[in-house]
Amino acid sequence: MTEPRKTGSQELEELGTAALSVPGPSRGLSELTPDGGEVQAIASGWRLALREFASNRLAVICLALLLLLVLFCFLGPLFYHTDQTYTNILNTNLPPSGSHLLGTDENGFDELGRIMVGGQAAFEVGGFASGVAIVIGTLYGAISGLVGGFVDGLLMRFVDILLSIPFLLIVLVIATKYSGTVVEISLILGVFTWLVPARLVRGEVLTLRTRDFVLAAQTMGSSRARLIYRHLIPNAMSVTIVNVTFLIADSILSLAYLGVLGEGLTPPHTSWGDMLGNAQTYVQNGYWWLVYPVGACLVFVVLAFNLVGDALRDAVDVRLQRR
Amino acid sequence: MAAPALKVENLSTEIRLSRATVQPVGNVSLEIGEGETLGLVGESGCGKSMLGLSVLGLLPTGGHVTEGSIKLGDKELVGLPERELRRIRGNDIAMIFQDSLSSLNPTKSIGEQVSEPVRLHRGVSRKEALDRALEVLELVGLPRPRERLSDYPHQLSGGLRQRVMIAIALACEPRVLLADEPTTALDVTIQAQILSVLDDLEQRLGMATLLVTHDMGVVAGRSRRINVMYAGRIVETAPSEELFSSMRHPYTQSLLGSIPRLESDPGRPLLSIPGLPPDLTDPPQGCRFAPRCQFATDQCRAQEPPLSGDSDHKFACWHPVDGPAVAVSASTGTRVSVTREPAPAGPAATVAGPVVQNGAGPLLEVVNAVREYPVTAGTMLKRKVNSVKAVSDVTLQVRAGEAVGLVGESGCGKTSLGKLIVGIEKPDGGQIRIAGEEIFRKRGGELRRARRTVQMMFQDPYGSLDPRMRVRAILREPLQIQGVGSTREQDDRVRGLLSEVGLPLNALERYPHEFSGGQRQRIALARALTLEPRIMVADEPVSALDVSIRSQVLNLMKRLQTERNMASVVISHDLAVVKYLADRIGVMYLGKLVEVGTGDDIYRRPAHPYTEALIKTIPVPDPAVEQAKRGVAIRGELPSPINPPSGCRFRTRCPLAQEICAQVEPPMRRFGQSHQAACHFPLQTPEPELPLAPSGDAAGSASGH
Repeated sequence: MTEPRKTGSQELEELGTAALSVPGPSRGLSELTPDGGEVQAIASGWRLALREFASNRLAVICLALLLLLVLFCFLGPLFYHTDQTYTNILNTNLPPSGSHLLGTDENGFDELGRIMVGGQAAFEVGGFASGVAIVIGTLYGAISGLVGGFVDGLLMRFVDILLSIPFLLIVLVIATKYSGTVVEISLILGVFTWLVPARLVRGEVLTLRTRDFVLAAQTMGSSRARLIYRHLIPNAMSVTIVNVTFLIADSILSLAYLGVLGEGLTPPHTSWGDMLGNAQTYVQNGYWWLVYPVGACLVFVVLAFNLVGDALRDAVDVRLQRR
Repeated sequence: MAAPALKVENLSTEIRLSRATVQPVGNVSLEIGEGETLGLVGESGCGKSMLGLSVLGLLPTGGHVTEGSIKLGDKELVGLPERELRRIRGNDIAMIFQDSLSSLNPTKSIGEQVSEPVRLHRGVSRKEALDRALEVLELVGLPRPRERLSDYPHQLSGGLRQRVMIAIALACEPRVLLADEPTTALDVTIQAQILSVLDDLEQRLGMATLLVTHDMGVVAGRSRRINVMYAGRIVETAPSEELFSSMRHPYTQSLLGSIPRLESDPGRPLLSIPGLPPDLTDPPQGCRFAPRCQFATDQCRAQEPPLSGDSDHKFACWHPVDGPAVAVSASTGTRVSVTREPAPAGPAATVAGPVVQNGAGPLLEVVNAVREYPVTAGTMLKRKVNSVKAVSDVTLQVRAGEAVGLVGESGCGKTSLGKLIVGIEKPDGGQIRIAGEEIFRKRGGELRRARRTVQMMFQDPYGSLDPRMRVRAILREPLQIQGVGSTREQDDRVRGLLSEVGLPLNALERYPHEFSGGQRQRIALARALTLEPRIMVADEPVSALDVSIRSQVLNLMKRLQTERNMASVVISHDLAVVKYLADRIGVMYLGKLVEVGTGDDIYRRPAHPYTEALIKTIPVPDPAVEQAKRGVAIRGELPSPINPPSGCRFRTRCPLAQEICAQVEPPMRRFGQSHQAACHFPLQTPEPELPLAPSGDAAGSASGH
């Protein structure tokens, strides 16, 4: 079949067009205006999502405040020096003053400094636990959804069983057995919260795997592993990203529960839950500075993550609509 | 003529989006008399649906009428309060929507839904409303309407649901009926039935009907006048016959020229309109068609032409054409895709002497292939209770470099057969052999390498490209999977392919959502070609595309097929598309291949009654042909593939069926060189010859032995 090509190149000569030499298997003829028409640049999907997210004022404010709070917790101690390791019996339960902006607690620790330390733990646990959960959940869900059939049924029944166990109870039992460091608590929380993302990702994969682009990859001879990491996980990403924000909020809350129940981080580490648990006894004494500041921080962080997650979900949906 | 039932004058509407304002309808005037059907033709996004919605006052959020008037009789609808509009909707003006599955409420029974408008507008009792529902359901030809009153939408087939939709619209005897693509989602045989129901009703009830469609064939025989819409403007309006025989607007001309027709010579490229319809948030200055028009001058680009001409035939163009495009002028009009079209050499020429060229045997052999999808019951232990017979005992052969088409209604198993051929699915019986080998029975690396031989192009250009990958990655993926070449070589090949399918190089860095449907289909085609397969399966390659884009892609596919001497299997519900692309055509019905032959065999000498019916039901963009067609060519709907009829599967809908058809399955009989059909009472006389070779060669190349 040399004839068509010949006619093609002859034509090009006739037109006097400078043929851009295009290397390739069979020499395509590039012309100045491709007959497929020009390609218009449209904002990328993520940019559309970002734009939609930005139009949600509340979520943007929450995100900004969250970032400020993170900076406050991690960089604050560099500027506001307090001793959070050794108790000081002389300074117990002092009300707010010039030297202790938010007063001190029953052990004489500076309350403001302690909020910073507790906040560090909250963000660390939130990030780490949700990371563990999302990695396990995504892989588990993607494999379950892609393989399908009997294996899928088995894997998902296992998830159902775990979901039916009151996980906080188990976490409590485990937490009493091990010393509570940030890493350990995160791992324990992560291992118990991957169930929801696993279900979400599996649902997403079930619809994705019948999509034509997945079939197309199969006709190219793609392996299952490649299907999962090249096609399924990137496309299920929007679901997981939204879920991460909720997972962070949940982990921070769980850490607080453990703290209030007295099974949280071991001293000298502390969390907002520990602080609230200790403050319980002083609520009646009018030591408000032990309860409200830290309580407000906790409520705000959880609320803000949830609002940001909601906005993210809306933004991602919009991107899907305009796709 | 009496006062028109609906009169729209200089109507302009606007929709405010978050970042832009769209004017979907601009300065549109039309009128429909009582008992008259007005056709409104245009591509998707040209504003034709918005026009219908403006009449009903149902524009989407942010949309409103900016100018003009809409008169129902002598009642002005623009600016009417919502309360009064509600009284008119569904009562005086009714609408039929395209997608009956999403337009019907899945939680309410048919009876309730049809009687709802009657109860709302007539204030009658439940009982009386149900009686009326029964009456209209009978009117639209729903079989056994009394039994179906308590059925839910999902229990009905697509064709029956569309009838229910029409019944809802007719329940209150509206004066004006807006039919927005009423048959687009249906199969051709069902489409013909629904259109004849509409014809019949319009004559009996004397309604004014606005028939909105993208299909020139649908309006051709049905409407007295046709309006052609482009980018929110009416560009031409004329009586049907005149529009088809002596159109003046270049857009109308190219639109008609770009439709593949059964009687046309497939060797000749289709006329195609370059480029894309304009973005209505930023329409071009001057004539909106100018950027795609071959006759455009500076005047066209600067000034918008008014709708002028005599009162009967108006058009908006500075440089009107005269009548349909002559085939010769086609090549000057379309710059690249057509002129480069080679003469119909190569495979097309093999039609005359199919065996001589290839002595090595067929490239692809489908031998008695069977594919059945299990139907299961029970939640825990899934018992197989029955199976959907998607592909039953199909035998087909494709020679190297040959293009074979598969046509049939949806559910006839053509896509399943395509999936068997590319090896996404495995046959439950029979064999798929490529170059004599059952390559999909291989495993591991061998299977992976074998997959290079066959590639597939998918129907939905929105679903077949991974939205998270750039075009470069999409096109490189096959090479990466197969481990072909270094990164640089892969990149070079990707660039070469991209220019071959007519896309600019800057497309490489973009994501699929930035392309139009036609451009995506070009990318999908390029991807299918990346591995230089010996066979390409194209599943409904153009059915998701607009008419003017369709011909671009068809021409491109045809050119690449011949250039690369690649065998292809083209699957489509549209016989004209298949005839244009394929050398031989196989007609499928309910999992069976009922007839195989060249395009001319199938079109001019159909032997199977189903093939004939299929040809008859295809709407032809020619009023004379369409009006000559009366009566429904094929009755009823596709039987369930779970329990297909015994004997010949077509017998339940066949006008010629006799007792033997139910008892004995007809064997394939030969009607010509490469023409075979399976029918007891064929429309042509079969060649008196020995029974076919025992290998079951149903595809015709057996004559070489």
